[in-house]
Amino acid sequence: MSKAMEPDLQTPLGRASGQVAKKPAKEWSHPSNHWLRGFVIDNRASLGTLAVFIVMMAVFIIANPTVFTTWYLYSSVLTTLPVALFVVVPLVFVVTCGEIDLSFPATMGFASWVFALVVQAGYDPFLGIAAALLTGTLLGFLVGSLVVYGGLSSLIATLGMNFLLRGLIQIINEGKSTALTGLADSSAYKIFSSQVWGIPVQIFWAIAFVVFSALLYNRHRFGAQVKVVGDNPDSARQMGIDVKWVRVKVFVFVGIGAAIAGTFSVMINFTWWPTAGDGYLLPVLASVFVGGTPTWGGIGTVVGGAIGAVTVSFIQTGVVAAGLSGFYVQFFNGLIIILSLLGHKWNQARYR
Amino acid sequence: MSERIIELRDIKKSYGQVYALGGVDLSVDRGEVVGLIGDNGAGKSTLIKILSGVVKPTSGEILVRGKPVSGWSAARSRDAGIETVFQDRALAVQQTIVRNIFMGRELTSFMGWLKVNKEIEEASRLMREIGFTSKVFTPHSIVGQLSGGERQGVAIARAIYKQAELIILDEPTTALSLTETAKVFHFVRQVRASGRSILFIGHNIHHVFDIADRFVVLDRGKVALTAGRTEVKSAEDLINFMEDVAHPGGLPGLHDGAEQRA
Repeated sequence: MSKAMEPDLQTPLGRASGQVAKKPAKEWSHPSNHWLRGFVIDNRASLGTLAVFIVMMAVFIIANPTVFTTWYLYSSVLTTLPVALFVVVPLVFVVTCGEIDLSFPATMGFASWVFALVVQAGYDPFLGIAAALLTGTLLGFLVGSLVVYGGLSSLIATLGMNFLLRGLIQIINEGKSTALTGLADSSAYKIFSSQVWGIPVQIFWAIAFVVFSALLYNRHRFGAQVKVVGDNPDSARQMGIDVKWVRVKVFVFVGIGAAIAGTFSVMINFTWWPTAGDGYLLPVLASVFVGGTPTWGGIGTVVGGAIGAVTVSFIQTGVVAAGLSGFYVQFFNGLIIILSLLGHKWNQARYR
Repeated sequence: MSERIIELRDIKKSYGQVYALGGVDLSVDRGEVVGLIGDNGAGKSTLIKILSGVVKPTSGEILVRGKPVSGWSAARSRDAGIETVFQDRALAVQQTIVRNIFMGRELTSFMGWLKVNKEIEEASRLMREIGFTSKVFTPHSIVGQLSGGERQGVAIARAIYKQAELIILDEPTTALSLTETAKVFHFVRQVRASGRSILFIGHNIHHVFDIADRFVVLDRGKVALTAGRTEVKSAEDLINFMEDVAHPGGLPGLHDGAEQRA
C-alpha cells in the first residue's frame, strides 16, 4: 500500500502555495474506477448481512415453498419487526461509540407504561406518545450520565439499570397489566398501527426511522463524532470534541428509540404488560452484531443493523414455516449469529 | 519572510526544586523550519508543552509576532496559530482522511448536516497543498490503510486546516523507515513553501540536519547552541558538538570515532 504513493521529492523548495494549489483536481480517484466496485467496498458489511439473509431465506423457501407464498407470514413479521428496528438502530450508534446499552428493554417498558397511564387517564394518545418520548429521553440521559459521568462500565451499569427500572415497574404494578380498549378508535392508532393496502403501517415508520438514522450516522456531525469518539477518544478530545457529551447523547438516542419501540408494541396489542420489552434484549443485540457492526467501536452500519434485525426476526418464523419444530429455533439463531460473525471477521479488517 | 511568529525569552520551568528549563530563548520566524535537538531529559517535551499552552512557565516572556502575551494558555496558543502534531494518538485510524481532517470542526449546513462535497473539495485542496498526491488514495480512504509517513501528512493537513502558522512536529520520523521519512520531509518542505513555520523535534540528528533551516540544541534545560544552516557543515559537526556538551571532558574513543566519520 505504502509504495503506491511516491511523493515528488524533486519539487522545488521555493514553490509558492498558490502555484501548488493550481494543479488539476484530477489527482484523486476512487480505488476502483468503477462505481459499483467502490460501492461494494464501502458497504461490504451491510451487503454481507444481506447475503446471509438471502441465503437463509432461500434455504427456508426450498424446504417448504408453499408456506412462503402466503402473505400472512410476512404480515406477522412486518408487525413485530418495526419494534426491534427502533432499538437496533440506536444501539448501532452506542456500539460504534465503544459502549453498550442493556437497559433498553426496561426503558421500553417504562416509557410505554407512561404512555399507557396517559391513555388510560383519558388523554389523547398523541399526548401519551409525547410523554413516552420524554420519559425515554430522561431515562436515556439518566443511564448515559451514570455511565459517562459516573465513570462506570457501560456493560454492568446498564445491566443494573435494566434490573432496577424493571423492578420499579414490577413493584408499583404488582405484575398487573393495563388494557387500553379505547385505543383502536383513536387517530393515533390509525396513523401508527393500522394497515395500508394490507401492509402493517408500522413498517413504513420503521423504514423512515432507519433512513433518517442512516443519514444521521453518515451525513451528520453527530454520526461523525460518534465514530471518532469510538475510534480514538484521546484524539477526539484533543480536537475539541466534548467526548463525554457525545457518549451521553448516544444513550439518550437509545432511550428515545426504546420509547418509540415500547409505544408501538403497546399499540399492536392494545395492552401494556409489566414485562413489555423484556423479550427484545437478546434478539436486538444479536441483530446489531449480525448486521456487521464490530464490537470494538469506531465503525458500524445502520442499514446492516436493520438487515440484521430482519434476518433475526425471520429465523423464528422461517424455522417453523419450513416445517421444523420450534425446538430448532434457538439452534438456528445461534448458527446464524456465529456464521455472520465469522463472515464479518473475514470481511472487515481492523485498522490500528 | 522574517516576521517572527513566536519568541520565547528566558523561559524557566521548575517542578518543585527541579528545573526542567533554566532560561530558554527560542524563536521561530515565518517560513522557517527550526530543528530542536536534545537528549532525553533535555527539556524538549516541557518546551513543547509550554508552546502549546498545556504547561505554564514558571517565569519568562512569550511574544507572539513581536507582542508580549500575558496569561499564556492553550487557548492563547491556538489563537497564535500553534498546532502540535503528536506521532501516535493523533488520528482515528478507522475513519476516512476527510473525517480526520475535519475532526471536531466538521463543515456543516443547517442543523449539523455535513457538507460532504465541500469537505471533500477542501480536503483535496489541503492534501495538494502539502504535496500529498496519489492515484491510490482519495479523501475517502481509511487512514489505517496509509503508511506512517502518509499518516503524518494527514495530521499536518489537519493542522493547516486549523489555520496553523507554526506546526510543532514531535518526533515525526522516529518510528519511520527511510522512504516514509522522505515523505514526511516532502510534506514539511511544502508547508514551508506555503509560508508556514515548523518546529521539528527529533532524536535522529541526521533527520533534523537534513530538513531544518536552523538548529537549536537543548541540554539539561538550557540552549547549548543556536546555529543557522550555513554555520553547520555536517550532521557530524552537530553530533560532535552534542557530545562535547554532554561530556565536556570528552570521552576517549567516542570523540575520535566521530571525527573519523566526519
